[in-house]
Amino acid sequence: MATIRLAVDVGGTFTDTILTDGEHVIASSKTLTTHADPATGTLQGVQRALQASGLTLADVTGFVHGTTLATNALIERRGAKTATITTEGFRDILDIAYERRYSQYDINIEKPELIVPRTRSFTIRERLRVDGHVLQPLDTTQIDTLVASLEGCEAVAICLLHAYANPAHEQQLRDELLQARPDLCISLSSEVSPEAREFDRLCTTGANAYIQPLMQGYLQRFSQTFTEQGLRCSILMMTASGGMCTLATAARYPIRLVESGPAGGAILAARVAAACELEQVLSFDMGGTTAKLCLIDQAQPQSSRQFEIARAARFIKGSGMPVRIPVIDMIEIGAGGGSIASVDHLGRLVVGPRSAGSEPGPVAFARGGADATVTDADATMGYLRAEDFAEGQFSLDAMAAQAALAAQIGTPLQLDAQQAALGVSRIVDESMASAARMHAVESGKDLATRTMIAFGGNGPLHACRVARAAGIRHILIPCDPGVGSAVGFLYAPVSFETVRSRYSLLDTLDCAAISTLLEQMQDEARSVVRQGSQAPLNTTRSAFMRYHGQGHEIEIPLPNGTLKEIDIANLRALFESAYSQQFSRPVPGMHIEILNWAVRVASPAPSTTAPTTLQHPGPLTGPRTGQKISAQTRPIFCDVNARTVEALYVERRQLRPGDSFQGPALVHEAQTSTLVASDFSAWVDAYGHLILEAKP
Amino acid sequence: MKTLSSASLQVMWNRLLAIVEEQGQTLIRAAFSPIVRECGDISAGVFDVQGRMLAQAVTGTPGHINTMAEAVMTLRARFPPESMRAGDIYMTNDPWLASGHLNDFLLLMPAFLDGEVVGFCACTSHLVDLGGLGMGPEGSDIYDEGLLIPPCKLVDRGEVNALLMDIVRANSREPIANEGDIYALIACCEAGVTRLTQMMREFHLSQLDALSQYIIDTSYRGTLAAIAKVPQGVYHNTLTVDGYDAALQLQASLRVSCEGMHVDFAGTSGCSPKGINVPLNYATAYTVFALRCIVGSDIPNNAGSLAPFTVSGPPGCILNAQHPAPVAMRHTLGQMTPDLVLGCLHQALPDQVPAEGASCMYDLPLRHTPESARNGGRRFALELVHNGGTGARPHLDGLSATAFPSGVYGSQVEMTEAVAPVVIWRRELRCDSGGAGQFRGGLGQRIEMSSEEDYLVFLSVERVQHPARGRAGGLAGAPGRIQLDEETVPGKCELRVSAGQRLVFDTPGGGGFGDPLQRDPRAVQQDLAAQWISDEAAQQHYGVSP
Repeated sequence: MATIRLAVDVGGTFTDTILTDGEHVIASSKTLTTHADPATGTLQGVQRALQASGLTLADVTGFVHGTTLATNALIERRGAKTATITTEGFRDILDIAYERRYSQYDINIEKPELIVPRTRSFTIRERLRVDGHVLQPLDTTQIDTLVASLEGCEAVAICLLHAYANPAHEQQLRDELLQARPDLCISLSSEVSPEAREFDRLCTTGANAYIQPLMQGYLQRFSQTFTEQGLRCSILMMTASGGMCTLATAARYPIRLVESGPAGGAILAARVAAACELEQVLSFDMGGTTAKLCLIDQAQPQSSRQFEIARAARFIKGSGMPVRIPVIDMIEIGAGGGSIASVDHLGRLVVGPRSAGSEPGPVAFARGGADATVTDADATMGYLRAEDFAEGQFSLDAMAAQAALAAQIGTPLQLDAQQAALGVSRIVDESMASAARMHAVESGKDLATRTMIAFGGNGPLHACRVARAAGIRHILIPCDPGVGSAVGFLYAPVSFETVRSRYSLLDTLDCAAISTLLEQMQDEARSVVRQGSQAPLNTTRSAFMRYHGQGHEIEIPLPNGTLKEIDIANLRALFESAYSQQFSRPVPGMHIEILNWAVRVASPAPSTTAPTTLQHPGPLTGPRTGQKISAQTRPIFCDVNARTVEALYVERRQLRPGDSFQGPALVHEAQTSTLVASDFSAWVDAYGHLILEAKP
Repeated sequence: MKTLSSASLQVMWNRLLAIVEEQGQTLIRAAFSPIVRECGDISAGVFDVQGRMLAQAVTGTPGHINTMAEAVMTLRARFPPESMRAGDIYMTNDPWLASGHLNDFLLLMPAFLDGEVVGFCACTSHLVDLGGLGMGPEGSDIYDEGLLIPPCKLVDRGEVNALLMDIVRANSREPIANEGDIYALIACCEAGVTRLTQMMREFHLSQLDALSQYIIDTSYRGTLAAIAKVPQGVYHNTLTVDGYDAALQLQASLRVSCEGMHVDFAGTSGCSPKGINVPLNYATAYTVFALRCIVGSDIPNNAGSLAPFTVSGPPGCILNAQHPAPVAMRHTLGQMTPDLVLGCLHQALPDQVPAEGASCMYDLPLRHTPESARNGGRRFALELVHNGGTGARPHLDGLSATAFPSGVYGSQVEMTEAVAPVVIWRRELRCDSGGAGQFRGGLGQRIEMSSEEDYLVFLSVERVQHPARGRAGGLAGAPGRIQLDEETVPGKCELRVSAGQRLVFDTPGGGGFGDPLQRDPRAVQQDLAAQWISDEAAQQHYGVSP
């Protein structure tokens, strides 16, 4: 049977659909997201793609779905009426949090609104010790009162102290509650996030409970809609970790579905990195309101187990709710085409995080936007042109953009419109480069040696400028850069990761007990993945280690099989070498401690080759010069020497592997344009990727 | 040199701000001291060749504002740039030069470009232990408090002074962590210098003068413009604090003029015999931080934005403690100076300044007893940090159990119990602890703990005798309280707790703002529903019958 795979990415504005035959993208569509019932819009997009290729739903052999529904429900506070039950004496875990203000100098901050108010925060008498030993048994006499208090609640998050070490009290409480209220959706912290740190664990469990009724209903309707229309294969859901899971797992742990769209982009970049043998990559995904950056080493996107959702002050770290789930580690900053530029009361030029979004949008879109934006700056410099903008779907008014820049930025700073545009561009590009550098520093990594893989609506346009500010010299623009996330879904494996806290000192590690723990975790993860894949499974295990007294943990891979005493020396060596890499030297004589243990089970990634419009990608041949590509030129305002220059103008679909040319140039394609700055040269590799290199 | 457009200068300014944040992160990630990790108790900055600060990382504690800027000027005067060579690094932990107590080490490194000094990078971090009596108020003079290193050259052209490192190790209970922290500081300086010179090459700068002038002028003008909106005059305030064994008066006068804001501490009580005294550099840091929260808060810290703020105090008063006074716990009163000076500023800006808050963090170092360690018991040292409520804002309630003015993180119970043999039985907000007002003060919290083994607690907390006052008719917050088996104990002492005894900390509440009878009745009902206030309080303060 032929392989026909579908990927659907339901975003806040658009729903992207990609259809492949396992080798190539055979159809794609972009439809408006239907918020009332996203399945309707999705079905339209899928049918359009199927019709274009003469197929029906019955021909589809694989279906991957990613959605922002979970994220949006949390941001917009549209979840269920949820209660929490914690250990007696700990009613205020959510309220007290980390006792911290997220902005040092702002005395008027407001903390994020809690998804569970104090009036629905309940407690029960019980207490476990740090090792799971029972100090006080669960007081079942309080259960009737609890049940009465839960009147009107749809979901409950149970988070008892140290339940990660012993789930018995949580399970017993759940069973008792379900006896009385079988309709409740109950999330246990020992299942959703079995890690020490009660605030993070309760946030994660609470968020899971909060979106569970909504997501269960959605997933059921979604699957029903497609089954009724003739879909025969099962649907797999994209998770934040860049892996897929079954509908059943998704309904149980809906919190793992947040931010799955951006994860798709990182998987695409990782896949390109693998194909092109790029060891160190920075993926750069810039859209209309935000830019997302991810470090990718040896074709593996950097992962993390902490993520912050629903920030009270957008883009300010610490203003949201932490959730501890496996995620692809990305930083998101408020810099996109719609970011608004202004001059503040000190005469400083500032850009973002305020955004004109898609409504009313930049001035240049002529849809009512009045504030000068990054897109307006690009239009003013001649990088976006009316005749080839957005497939002619709507017009681009460069003159209006220019006038807005001149008035709002140029006049206060005594610059003409183009210089003002250049200023805006440099400020926003510098902020993205700074965020990238900071992220690299926080990860103990370097940027200068990386290749930037740029995509998203504005990524290819700003790639050279951001790379220059970040000290990066190599850039790759993949094929179909405008729908990168959905393409990425098709490369995701079926996977599941579990993490468990058990505090140990490396020197006195109880190898037998830890081996048993890891075995249990592995069995649990395998049974989850088995539901979605029959392929041989890969298991990786790791420990999160740090020097005693430090706050930063490093993930160290563990050997397969039973841990033995002799592995300890090896683990110390691995830790010290990883530590030296990040901090230039180890600290001899300091104890090493382990907080968390992780097991990840994954199916092999689907064996599709990179979908590309090229039928037979040949071996990499390096740049061929001399081929005449295009005689067309356009005047642009050069971002390097601040003068108007003639830039080569190229249609991307006309480019063939081996073609090369010098900046300044603009490469145009359906959903985006690439600016090859005058200090960069470009060539096309065997896969059809556009490679940009800084001139020496 | 070509003239730079204001947009180019702004890009470079942003880059300098990014460089210091990167430096700060480098330091925090490699640090061993819990207070650094949890609170970001560090500082990192870039300076021009004259030693003027151009950018400073925004970190968790305000105690390094000004202190680092002044320390760099002092070190630069002591070691003339002509004598410096590439790869040199200078160091001191003198409390009167660096940051107010021995634990804070300051390092300074010149940046060289084409053989010339073009600027400096400096950083400060809190080291775990410097010997002496350790972190606590019990010292009688600075010599009791441990090792003081005068300004000296730590690294000579890339070569670390091994003798100096031996001395630091030999004088500490935590030699390995101290060494690790000093290496983290060195790495931080080097990272800053590398980034700074890279940036200068990228932008084709041979010196920082034009950029420096732009940053300092813009910030200075902006700050003066912000100060010009404050009604001129002289405003006075007095704050009574618990002190070590007797109450102390902190006094301030704030003079607002077209040239800036000057605070003087004349009238403030003299020094304490114990280590809660505050060197002026540290009192200045918290004072200026508080003023800058209200006036010009969007302008980054640098020589220009700090210049209009000056602070003085009679030598020998507790906010201008002189050598050799003991200063180990200088943050206890240092953290009270914002309430002192905001009380002045409130008179000028009645609608912008919050009420008094808990302010001093409840920083509770716990340690095993020496006997228990000798008898094979578990050795542990742990610093619990918890906070009370902040003062109500003129248009918003105060924040419950939230750090201000410091930016510490509160400890998580499960992590505390993993590293020490204690069980925490309660950590909950205290009903009725927030001062009543049109806007209510933030609530304090109650923490109850016991242990299976004996242990020691070193207390140095405030607002046990003198709670946070309200403003504009708002009432005071609840005072803090510490009890051992229901027996109240003083706020500053060394406490021995036996196994099984129950220790209870109540952190203070913040003061209220405005007449409680003006409070929106819906807000009172919400407070009642959440049990943040009792039925009695609703009736007594807000005239609302539940």
